[in-house]
Amino acid sequence: MNRILRKLFSNATSLIGIILLIIFVTIAIFAPVIAPPLSEDYYQIPRMSWDINPQPPGSPMSGDIRDIYDYMGTEIKYDRAICGTAEGGYDIFYGLIWGTRTAFKIGIITVTVSMLIGIVIGSISAYFGKWVDEILMRITDIFLSFPFLVAAMVLTTVLGRGLDKVMIALIVFGWMGYARLIRGSILSTKEETYIMAAKALGVNDGKIILKHLLPNTIFLVMVQGSMNIGSMVITAAALSFLGVGAPVGYADWGQMVSFARNWIIGSPGHAGQYWYTVLYPGIFIVLFVLAWNLIGDTLRDILDPRLRGEL
Amino acid sequence: MLSYIIRRLLLLPVILIGVTLLIYCVFSLLSPIERLATYIHDPNTLIIPKAAERLIAKYHLSDPFPLGYINWLKRIAHFDLGWSRTANQPVKDAISQRFPATLELVLYSIIPVILVGIWLGVISAVHHNDMLDQTIRVTAIIGGSLPSFIFGLLVLFIFYGILGWLPPGRLSSWAQDIVYTSSNFHSYTHLITIDALLNGNLPIFLDALRHLIAPIITLSYISWAFLLRITRSSMLDTLRKDYVKTARSKGVDEYTVIHLHAQRNALIPVMTVAGTMIIHMLGGVMITEIIFDYPGLGFWTATAAQQLDYGSVISFALLFATLMVLGNLIVDVSYALIDPRVRLE
Repeated sequence: MNRILRKLFSNATSLIGIILLIIFVTIAIFAPVIAPPLSEDYYQIPRMSWDINPQPPGSPMSGDIRDIYDYMGTEIKYDRAICGTAEGGYDIFYGLIWGTRTAFKIGIITVTVSMLIGIVIGSISAYFGKWVDEILMRITDIFLSFPFLVAAMVLTTVLGRGLDKVMIALIVFGWMGYARLIRGSILSTKEETYIMAAKALGVNDGKIILKHLLPNTIFLVMVQGSMNIGSMVITAAALSFLGVGAPVGYADWGQMVSFARNWIIGSPGHAGQYWYTVLYPGIFIVLFVLAWNLIGDTLRDILDPRLRGEL
Repeated sequence: MLSYIIRRLLLLPVILIGVTLLIYCVFSLLSPIERLATYIHDPNTLIIPKAAERLIAKYHLSDPFPLGYINWLKRIAHFDLGWSRTANQPVKDAISQRFPATLELVLYSIIPVILVGIWLGVISAVHHNDMLDQTIRVTAIIGGSLPSFIFGLLVLFIFYGILGWLPPGRLSSWAQDIVYTSSNFHSYTHLITIDALLNGNLPIFLDALRHLIAPIITLSYISWAFLLRITRSSMLDTLRKDYVKTARSKGVDEYTVIHLHAQRNALIPVMTVAGTMIIHMLGGVMITEIIFDYPGLGFWTATAAQQLDYGSVISFALLFATLMVLGNLIVDVSYALIDPRVRLE
């Protein structure tokens, strides 16, 4: 464990990843300070105008919206769209900052829950073997028969819009890799003498799995999980992009890119006039995913015994 | 090996039943009236009192789960997939009409995936830990972190917005007139590039190709970044084998060692992954087609999902899952055929 941490911090690529991640954690924690919310629902992006056209960075809040806040007695803590507004006057800056929380929420919750499901199914399958293994692994195969994005999209469409629905869909079709991984590594440790000894001593099955098998195999799965956080966030963003993800106006990077879709070309004679609608959310998504991938890539090399000592 | 192939074939119906069962589970999360909507052509038929109840009974939509599943399977076996509100035609026709466009896109996308992915992977492994290797690796990681929908928008912005070279859609309007209305143009395969060549119509071929390039780049790029990584690690592994050392010590030149001795063996695992990956690429067609207004299956499904046209979305999932199951079968069997060492239990 110490060896891995030391390598992570001494390797240039993973160090960049760690620094990026620290920045994102800071943004997520201090979101209420960086972009003070204007309504009760923190994740609802405030609108700076009713204008359908995106407004360039630095545009002030329109007069009639200011009137509404004044009327409601809300204190307007900032009144300029620093990064411009997306289609429909949604403030890009606010969406970016609060979208960081959304991204962490999606990544961590979906990966943790699907990892738990995978661990339960994988360890039962490997430990009991025979027909239990056969049935569970065929079920795993069936879930793997769907392209991930297609499966997640179908389930979200049926369940309805909302971030929770997106996460359910990602979990339902996201546990199989962990199940296979943990099954494989338990199969290889199952025959070790200390497990035999435990069995001979009459330790019950549940305890053998929990106390003796899992601690030796779980680390691998956790590494795999950390590498999957990026792709979970990308898939959730892709669902929002396709219009079946988070509800309209929710602070979510994928949706902000989808807002940009109609404006990316610009108007005749002004190609790229609305660059800010795609650039800022794009940068946030790429850097967030990149951070996890950089760390994951180094972890993979560290853990690959064939490459050990060559880094 | 034969027993493996037989076992694999026997498993096929089990998996297919499982896949349909899973899709039906998702489908049955909808209320009977929502499911009824997937069979109705004209909403006015529901205005008549009791019409909805009668139709729900007719289509067995409120039956208990097992009965409902069997009835649903029966309809699918007769290719009765319901009515697509989005396409305003039966789902069956909507699929068969749009399938060639998507097939054309996917077929062409395989070329850059394999060529670029494998080529860069080999270079990266040969120059292990060099500047070149690091550059290729970092580019691949960044490529893997750039979601296809952002990449696609950038391609659209640069090659259409700024340069005006690669327009969205499948054909320019002048070409559409010829392909879809002219009696001189025969559609043999419905793959426009191929049909154009068969008709000897070069301008149409070039126009179709011009519309295909940007979607191809977008659809393929994630896969080649991934394939690059696999090729690299497989090649690194092979280059350390004894027979490579033997070849080198015999004085065989470096080119022969790398391209004839090592590369061939290193590519066996890569080819199987490539097969699986091409199948997975199917998932990306929705995003690619939506960005470039490319009138294929993906565009239709994504639109259907936004309009809650459940029948279309469910049928699309059914089609793609079946294609994937069959694709995986082919990949597994060919793996067993290519590599004699594979005696998968």
